[in-house]
Formats: sequence, C-alpha cells, structure tokens
Amino acid sequence: MADMVFHTKGITKVYTTGEVEVHALRGVDAELFAGEFTVLLGASGSGKSTLLNILGGLDSATAGQAWFRDDELTAMRERDLTRFRREHVGFVFQFYNLVPSLTARENVALVTEISQNPMRPEEALERVGLNHRLDHFPAEMSGGEQQRVAIARAIAKRPEVLLCDEPTGALDSNTGVQVLDALEKINEDLGTSTIVITHNAGIRAMAHRVIHFADGNIAEVVTNDSRIAPSEIEW
Amino acid sequence: MRALDKKLIRDIKRLWAQALAIAAVLSVGVMIMVMAFGTQLSLSETRDTFYERARFADVWSSASRAPKSLVEEIAAIPGVARVEARISQFAVMDLPDMNDPAMAQILSIPESGEPQMNALILKDGRMPGFGQRDEVLVNEAFALAHDFAPGDRFAVTLNGQKRDVQIVGVALSPEFIYTIGPGSIMPDDERFGILWMSEDVLAAAFNLSGAFNSVTLSVTRGTDLAPVKDELEKLLEPYGGTGPYDREQQVSNAFLDGELEQLDVMARIVPPIFLIVSAFLVNMVLGRMIQLEREQIGLLKALGYSTFEIAAHYMKLSLGIGAIGVVIGWLLGLAASQAMASVYVEYFHFPYLIFAQRPSVYVIGAAAGLFAAFAGALLAVRRVAGLSPAVAMSPPAPTRFRRGLLDRLIRVLKPEQPTMMILRAIGRWPLRAALTCLGIATSASIIVAGLFMFDSFDELLDVAFVQANRQDAILEFAIERPEAVLDAVEDLPGVLKAEGALSVAARLTHGHRSRTIGIEAARPENDLVRVYDGDNRVEVRPENGIVLAKRLANHLEAEVGDVIEVEFLQEGDEVYLVTLTGTVAQFFGLSAYMELDTVAAMLGKTPTLQLANVIIDTAYEDALFDAVKASPAISGITYMSEVRRGFDETIAESAGITLTIYTLMAALIAIGVVYNSARIQLSERARELASLRILGFTKGEVSYILLGELFILTLVAIPVGLVMGYGMAAGMVESFKSDLYALPLIVTETTYWRAAGVVAGATIVSALIVRRRIDRMDLVAVMKTRE
Repeated sequence: MADMVFHTKGITKVYTTGEVEVHALRGVDAELFAGEFTVLLGASGSGKSTLLNILGGLDSATAGQAWFRDDELTAMRERDLTRFRREHVGFVFQFYNLVPSLTARENVALVTEISQNPMRPEEALERVGLNHRLDHFPAEMSGGEQQRVAIARAIAKRPEVLLCDEPTGALDSNTGVQVLDALEKINEDLGTSTIVITHNAGIRAMAHRVIHFADGNIAEVVTNDSRIAPSEIEW
Repeated sequence: MRALDKKLIRDIKRLWAQALAIAAVLSVGVMIMVMAFGTQLSLSETRDTFYERARFADVWSSASRAPKSLVEEIAAIPGVARVEARISQFAVMDLPDMNDPAMAQILSIPESGEPQMNALILKDGRMPGFGQRDEVLVNEAFALAHDFAPGDRFAVTLNGQKRDVQIVGVALSPEFIYTIGPGSIMPDDERFGILWMSEDVLAAAFNLSGAFNSVTLSVTRGTDLAPVKDELEKLLEPYGGTGPYDREQQVSNAFLDGELEQLDVMARIVPPIFLIVSAFLVNMVLGRMIQLEREQIGLLKALGYSTFEIAAHYMKLSLGIGAIGVVIGWLLGLAASQAMASVYVEYFHFPYLIFAQRPSVYVIGAAAGLFAAFAGALLAVRRVAGLSPAVAMSPPAPTRFRRGLLDRLIRVLKPEQPTMMILRAIGRWPLRAALTCLGIATSASIIVAGLFMFDSFDELLDVAFVQANRQDAILEFAIERPEAVLDAVEDLPGVLKAEGALSVAARLTHGHRSRTIGIEAARPENDLVRVYDGDNRVEVRPENGIVLAKRLANHLEAEVGDVIEVEFLQEGDEVYLVTLTGTVAQFFGLSAYMELDTVAAMLGKTPTLQLANVIIDTAYEDALFDAVKASPAISGITYMSEVRRGFDETIAESAGITLTIYTLMAALIAIGVVYNSARIQLSERARELASLRILGFTKGEVSYILLGELFILTLVAIPVGLVMGYGMAAGMVESFKSDLYALPLIVTETTYWRAAGVVAGATIVSALIVRRRIDRMDLVAVMKTRE
C-alpha cells in the first residue's frame, strides 16, 4: 500500500474521574495510509474517539507512541501540537462546532486566515455545495448544511488528513448522505486521507478499509474490495 | 477584518447590556481620575506659575510698629533675597449698596509704585498715585461682588477717620487667591475686600511714618526657612512682632493646599475602587463567557489556533469593554472638569484661564482603565490555557455539590427545595458569593462616604454657631482697649449685651514641638463665646491653665496634665509654664484658650480687649451699622448671621449635586454587580430553571431561585457596606485634617438608611431586568441546547 500517515505502538489512555479509572485505549497498534478513506467502527466507549483525538493532537496518551509520518506526536509539546493541527489536520465533529456569531464564510475564514496555502473560503464552500449559503449564520442553516460548513472549514487549509468524529451522528439519512458525499468527493478530488468514526455500520461499505474497535482495542481490520456510493448506503 | 475579530464585535453587540454596565463602572473611575488629577495638575501648575511671576513671598510677619531702619538688618539675614516693609490694617467700609458695614484689609503700595513681592496684576484701571489720599485699588472679587469699576466711590474708616475714597483700579494678588476675612469660615466677597493704598497715605493715617507693621521676605532658592524665621522673630520682638510664618500658614495658600490635598486624596482613593470593581466584573463576565464557549475554544485549538491567540481574542473583548468605559470616562471627566473649573473660578482668583485640558491626564486615565480591564481579563483568560481541546469539546461534568457548613444550617432551617438550591449555590461558590457581596457593599460604602459630610457639617454648624459662638456679631477694636470699653459698646444702639476677648500671639512649646498661635483670652463667665467639646462646655478659669484644640495638642504631643511653655511674642523673653487642663474638638482653626486676668498678669498689664462679641436687637440693626461705620474705635465687624447664611447657602448649593452624583455612582456599581451576577447565573442555570418550569414551577418561583441568591447577598452586603463606608469616612476625616479645619466624624441614621435604600433599589431594578428574561425564556430551545 501507499505511504503511511499515522501509525501507533501500544497506545494506552486511562481517564481518571474521581476514584474511577476508565481504560479508553489498551495498547493499540494501528496504521493509517495516505489517500485512504478509513472508517473506525465500534460501540460507544470502545476507544475510537480517543484514538482519533490522540492522532489529531487534541489529547495526549497515557502510554505508547503515535507518529504522524516521521514525527512522534506523543513526544510533542503543546506548541508543536498546535502547529501540527494548524498545518496538517482538518477536523469535523458530530455537533459541527461552528462559531455561532460567524457566518458560513467567516467560519471557514477562521481557518484560512491562519493557514499557509489555503483555498478561498468560497471555493471550500462550493466543494461542499454551499456556494448559495455564504453569508448565513449557523442558526439560519439546517444541521446538514452546518456540518458541510464544518467540512468546508476542515478542508479549506488543504490538510493531509481529515479526521471526522461521527460527522453524521446528528443528522437524518438525507442530510447524512449529502455530508458523506462531500467527504468522499474531497477524498477523491484532493486525495486527503480521511478517517471517519461512526457507529452506523452501513457507512463501512464506502470505505477503503474498516477498523473495528472493541473494549479499547482493535478487534478486526477489513479491506473492502469494492466500495459503494453514499447514496447506496442503507441507513 | 479577521473572522475572530468579527466574532469579537458581534460578542460585544450581543453582550451590550453587560458590557455597558461594566463600562459605566469603569468610566466613573476614569472620570474621577481625569477630573481630580487634571484639576489638581492645572490648579497647582497655575498657582506655581502665578507665584513665580508675581514673586509670591516666602515669609511673612507682622509687628505693632517697627522702624524702617530694621529693613536693612532683616535683609542681612543669610538667605534673604528681598525684604518689603509695608503697612497692613483692618478697617470698616461703608459701601453705597449695602446697609451693613463691610470689612477691609488695607495694604500699602510702596513709593516705587509697585510692590517688589506679591506683585499686583491690574485687571482694570491703574495703580493709585503716590500720595493720592483718596485713591484705592481693590481686589477683583470684591469689585465683582459690588459691580464696582474705576471711578466708583465708597467710604472707609482709617484709624477713626472716615474717608471718602475712589476706586482707580481693580487687581489680583497672589496673596489673595482665596480671600477670607479674619474669623470667617467662608469667603464673603461682599463683606470682605482687599484695598491697596499709597504707603505715605496709610503711614499718615495710622501714625506709622518711618515705620512698618507688616513685612514680607523672599529667600534665595534652597534656603532653609526655619533659621530665617528665627532671626526675623528676634529682630521684630522689640517691636511687637507676632511671629513669622511661611507659605504653609499663609491663609490663601493654605486653603489652596487644602483643596489640592483633597483632590489628591480623591484622585488616589476613589478611582481604584471603581477600577477594582470593574476588573472584578470583567473577570466575572469573561470567566463565564469562556466557560460557555469552551467548545468554541476547544474547536479553535483543534483548528490550530494557539492558546495565546485565543487568549488574546478574549483579552481584546475585555479591552473593547475597557475602551468603551474609557471613552465614556473621558467625556464625563471633561464635563466634570468644566464643572469643577466653574466652582474654582468662583472661589479662587487666578489671573489666567487655568483649566486647560491636559492630554497627559486623559492618557493616564485611559491607561488605568484599560489596565483594570486587562487585569480582570487576565485572571479569567488563564483558564483558556488549561482547556485541552478534546476535553473542551465534551460537555462539562455536572458541578459537584458537597455537604458542608451550609448543610448544617439547612438542616436547622429545613427550607423548601428552592431555598435549598439558593443556599447550596452560595455554598458551592463561596468566593464568588463573597466577591459579589463585596461589590455590592462597596456601592453602599460609597454613599456613606460621600454623604456623611453633610452630617458632619450639621454637627460642625451646631457646635460652631449654636453651642460655641452665640454672638450676633464681632466688633473689632482699632487698638486694644481696657475692659471698660464694653460699657461703651453696650451703649451703641441695638447692642443688648457685650463681652470682650483678647487674642495674643504666643509660642507654645512642649518638648521639641512648638507652635506659634493666637491665645484667646476671655472671662470664664462669658456666655456668648463658649469653649465647647462636643456636648460638654469646658470652663477656662484662672486655675485652669490652658485649654487647647485637640489638633493643636496632638501637634505638640501634649496630653492633659502636661506643662506647656508659653512665650508671648510681643513681650520680652520670659517663658511661662502653664498646665494643659483640657482639650476641645475644634473644627475651624487652631485655638488655645486662657483666662484673661492670667494672661494680663503674665503680660504685666491690666486686662485689655481686642474685640467685643455682641447680641443685637435686630430692630436697631441699621442704627448700629451707622454707628459702627462712623465709629473711629471699631476697625471691623463680622456679622455672624451672614457667616451662617453663607455657609448654609454653600452647603445647600452643593448638597443636591453631591447627593445625585454619589447616588449615581453607587447605583452604577450596584447595578453593574447585581445585573452581571444575575445574567451569569441565568446563563449557567438556564437548563435547570427551564427544567423546573417544565416540572410545573411558576415563573415567580423560578425567579426566586435565581434572584433569591442575589437578594440574600445584598442583605448581607448592606451592613458590611455601611461599616466599610464608616471606615472610609473616618479615613477621609483624617486625611482632610489641616490647621485650618477638621471635620467631625458623624454619620447619621438617615445616611445609613439612604445608602441601604439606594443599594436595595439598584438590586431590585437589576433583578427586574433579569426577571423579564426569565419570563421570556423559550423552554424548548433551552432544553435543546447542549451544555
């Protein structure tokens, strides 16, 4: 397969809340490849979000190592992680996380203003089919539209990897398909490595590879020989 | 414009009410800084320039009659640069536009035509010609009060001779920037004027040819004044010297100093209160905002914004609020400075426009205001750094409530659930509750500290005019008279009763501290002027030794029972040992009291009097005035009812304005604190309150849960604030103390109630504004929001 963007060795994450210790990850070894559309599948609490957060430089591991290409994420300081996120990673979250006081265009501009070689906000929004909603505030848009703004915001910096945590989790099937279409199109057109977390098993059919999580570890990795279009997904 | 900056502007727009409430509090701090600091600066600079240009003297002294040949000896004192001998006398004036007599201080103009020191600034007309018997120059304030212009005439009694004089000019003098007659406590430009006349005319009138009775000195830069004053005193002693004094005791300058000191205290104490409160408010509001926006902060971090950039974003928000406050403060400060300037123009007589606006003051005000916003924000923004992006984007854990002290109280009180929620909320965030309480208390304290002065003035007037000074008028004799003169005074038309007094200049020494002062000598049976200490009359009998004003005793570090050395300045070197038998709280001036016979014996002569205190039958007032104006023996009259009226008027004038200003300032703080607290509580507990509404609680019950906490905090804060206010009042009384006056520390119940009322009112108003928001809460929308 092509070159590796992420790989981890024995990643462990333990959360301590009060007197309770929660083992979110128990020594995960994972590999993720450039240009690939990967789906992380698993029940809630299986550790997939935690892994995504560590790969994205949002969270730190309790033990083990993670690399982005040749750089060890787990050894980076806060400042380097900020730069890593700024330069290489695009995020899409379940609840869109748009800034409510900024319009669609401005939410995207939030990212383009601090990137090296971004696309214009209008172009990013066009890629997700929102060129007619440029000046709308989040409150004036549907959930699917908001999520597509979030995707536009994530891809506007031309990131190497796009990390999506339950991007369709809050959406109905129609708008969910629109969002997945947008993600697939970005993956095809720009060759952005895309990792999507979902607990909607239907989505796995559109991935190159599917990684199954259970109890804080990888249970199974499946490579799809043939992929289907988002519109064919059974919701 | 950057997207984050757009968010900033929209955030400010969304939070405008809260932002404005904070900006308003901050603006008061900036306003007072701009006003007090700016006024102080211009006042002191103008004074210094005026003193410099007009060659204001450094040392003054009077004598009864000293030969002019002494001038050379005085000039030979090391450090003395210039000496000017002159004649200074008090006289009664008969003015065409007034029935009652007015008083003048007359000063001589040397043959050269221009005084060397204390130069006169001509505002109109010309200087009196040398030897011109009827030409006078008058001070501007006096001319304005009577609408006098060169060419106008009036009569003045010079050493018993009534003389018709003509005004040839109007002038300003650095010695009379603040013009106050002897024995007065307020300027009265109608009844007290300064006249300048040719020296030879005055010398002839007062039998002072070849002599002087007043001398002014200037010294070379850096000269120590103490040895100069000592030398001068020695030289003047044989000629009835009354003790030299310097600028510090020069009346006009001392009043200016007092004013500058008050402005200084105001500039240093009041703005920090407002700035600290606004920093606290910025911290509270921004802290809450950061908590509410933790997801957005997490997102920004995820997007690659650094902690510093995000922190800077929130700092900008607070600086934006700060900037609004600064601009409002500037405008208010400008208005307040102009108001102050118009007050000063009335009381202080400077030759040039003094209240130029100084940019530096505005810059300093802005720096202080922005710093307050910055400091408040810094404490809140620290939390941004602590938020890890992953954690920030997940909902916060429910606040952990623990059982604590308050639960014991709850167990005892067994309140209903809503009250329980209130008490738990206070117990959960005790620091926040305490700070909110402190903010509200500050508001109450400002009212007490601002309004207690009127209580003090009431007390002061009561002591000064009802208990101590009961005479209707004071008649001053041109020369000291034996006691039999009182019979003649009682024979004047309308005089029902007359009592005499003598004031003798003396130096009091105790240990290494000493002070030159006028000792008031009178008969113990006198009843018109009594020595009072609070509610208790203090008797001054021959065996009683000396009684001192408390501030004077403090200055001398003397306590009752100590022996004070008394040296009379006009007589020999003899030092008398007198026991300090009492101290009195005195609000104006610094006095010492002794019995007349005792003083006369020490002076080695029969008792004489300088003045008579009289009770007047108002029906014969006009006849008395005519007699006084005509009498050669009387050099001055102080009409007490006029003094009282002037005082009352001045207080009444300022009472309304002061009351309004302090009430507004306090209300601003109270509203700023309460409104912001309520808004924050509302945003924190919207879901909780909406849930209660869905469970069937009424709007009133829900409001009670939210606002009840603030009412409880206000109830606790008010008494705390009243105590703080008393403390501030005590501090102000202490810092305003000077040789000229002192305020009694009196705070009446009315003032306390007023403070409590304003704070309670402001709390209720803020609560009602927030209550409207609770009433309009969209339950469904609130429940849908994720927190």
